[in-house]
Order: sequence, then structure tokens, then C-alpha cells
Amino acid sequence: MKCAELLAALNEYVDGTVDPAICEEFQKHMAGCNPCQVVVDNIRQTITLYKEGKPYQLPVECRQRLHTALRERWKETHLRGASSPS
Amino acid sequence: MTKTITPEPADAELVRRAQGGELEAFEALTNRYEQRIYSLAMRMLRQEQDAEDVTQQAFLSALENLGGFRGDASFATWILRIATHAALKVIRKRKGLDTVSLEEATEPADGYDAIPHPEYIADWRQSPELLVHNNEIRRLLDEALAKLDEKHRMVFLLRDVEGLSVKETAEALGLSEANTKVRLLRARLQLREELTLTLGDPGRRITRNLHDH
Repeated sequence: MKCAELLAALNEYVDGTVDPAICEEFQKHMAGCNPCQVVVDNIRQTITLYKEGKPYQLPVECRQRLHTALRERWKETHLRGASSPS
Repeated sequence: MTKTITPEPADAELVRRAQGGELEAFEALTNRYEQRIYSLAMRMLRQEQDAEDVTQQAFLSALENLGGFRGDASFATWILRIATHAALKVIRKRKGLDTVSLEEATEPADGYDAIPHPEYIADWRQSPELLVHNNEIRRLLDEALAKLDEKHRMVFLLRDVEGLSVKETAEALGLSEANTKVRLLRARLQLREELTLTLGDPGRRITRNLHDH
């Protein structure tokens, strides 16, 4: 597989959703190409870090403001009788 | 006396009850997703007030449009879409632009041939599972994310962090699927590059000129 072809299929390969025929091509290439294997590993590790990383905590006051706003809007909406699609 | 443990209602059940007029059901849905939406908004916009505004707008919008929510998508996907739309508006406003889509009319679609190839390749010194508990890492992640072009960052956040499909990501951002994939790849490779510079083991760095790419 040439580099450009690899790149085009790389997303799917990382996600494990690539076509089996292309997957085989990839595996063959990986077997003979350690840098590519490391790049694939790095990408997976990168995704894991962002996915599993600590989220930004919703501040307490912010949360309170949110729920207050929602309750108010709910009351207004239901007084309007606008529970049908607009 | 034994306590019966009732399983928590599924989102779809809460939506149904909210549509039927039950505020508590809508609040329960909000409780489930507010943290996630806020965190996403912070990563997209990197500013607390904007993130709060977007979070509020997203749930208010969901509230207003509950009646029209048919359940073709999950509630999660729906609220993520609404929040993304709200975030895009903030971004447009910051740039003084009118359009909401991230696809500027004059811009040619990105191609795979334009994507820079990996330069710094090395195994990482520690596994991500260990790294996630490290506070320094959060700063590193934020900085790397901030260096991405918005249009790449948004795709990465929705597809890889939030787990939307390529199709859902494309729809949320008003992009073609093909373009979404290219941007996703670029984001992944750029983040990989940045992070590996810090997290890679320099003693195990691989230089690439060994094969016929």
C-alpha cells in the first residue's frame, strides 16, 4: 500500500471499521513497517487520553443558574400552551 | 425490609415523560448531560462564560423544542447537535462572520495529500490509562487542542471525544462526510504529533527514512 492510500484508510483502521481486504493490506504493511505501527498506536493512545481525561467541572453556581433558567422557561412554555411543535 | 432498586429510566422514557409535561423528567435529563455539554463547550470555546452560555442555550433550546423531537436520533446526539450549533454561533460571532457552517464557500475541500506526514514517532513512556490521572497532562491536552485549527478541533471533539458517528458529526457541523474524515485525520495526526513530542520516549524514537513512503 502506498502512503496516500494508507492515510485515506487510517481513520477506519484506527477505529477498527476498515474493510477486511484493506485491513489485510494494512496488517501486511504494518508487519514490515514499525513506524506505521507506532503511529497507529500513538493515535489510539491520543484518543484515549482525550476521551478518558478529566472533564471540565460544571461550576455549582453555573449549574444553579441553568436549572433556575430551565424552570422559569418551563413555566412560561407551559403557560403559553406551546407544547406542540413550533 | 428490603429496598427495591428500580433501574434508572432510559433517556427515551424521560423524554416521553417530559413531552407529557413532567418537569422533573426534563431536569433528570439535564442532570445527565449538563456536565458533558459544559465540558465539550469549554473545549470548543476555551472560555467559561461562553461555555456557560452555550450550555444554557442548549438545554433551553431542547426544552423549547421537545415537542418536535421525534426520537430518530438519541437525546444525547440531539443535545450534542444543539450545543454544537450554539458553539458555532459563538465562534462565528468572535470572527465577525455571518454563516454558521464551518465550510467557507471559497475554501477548497481538504485532501489527504495535503496532510503532513508524522514526523516525531516514538512509543509513549506511559500508557494513557496511567496518564489520565496526571494533572500536568490536562494542560498538555488543552494546549495541543488549542493549536488545532477550529475546523479540525470541532470534528475531533465530536467524533473521538463525544463518540458521534462520522455521519452525525458531519451533520452537526454542516460538512460532507468526506471532508469530515479528512479533517478528523488531520486532527488526530496533529494531536498525535504534539503529544508524542512530550510523551514519547526519546530513547525509542524512530526515524522514518527506512522505507519507501
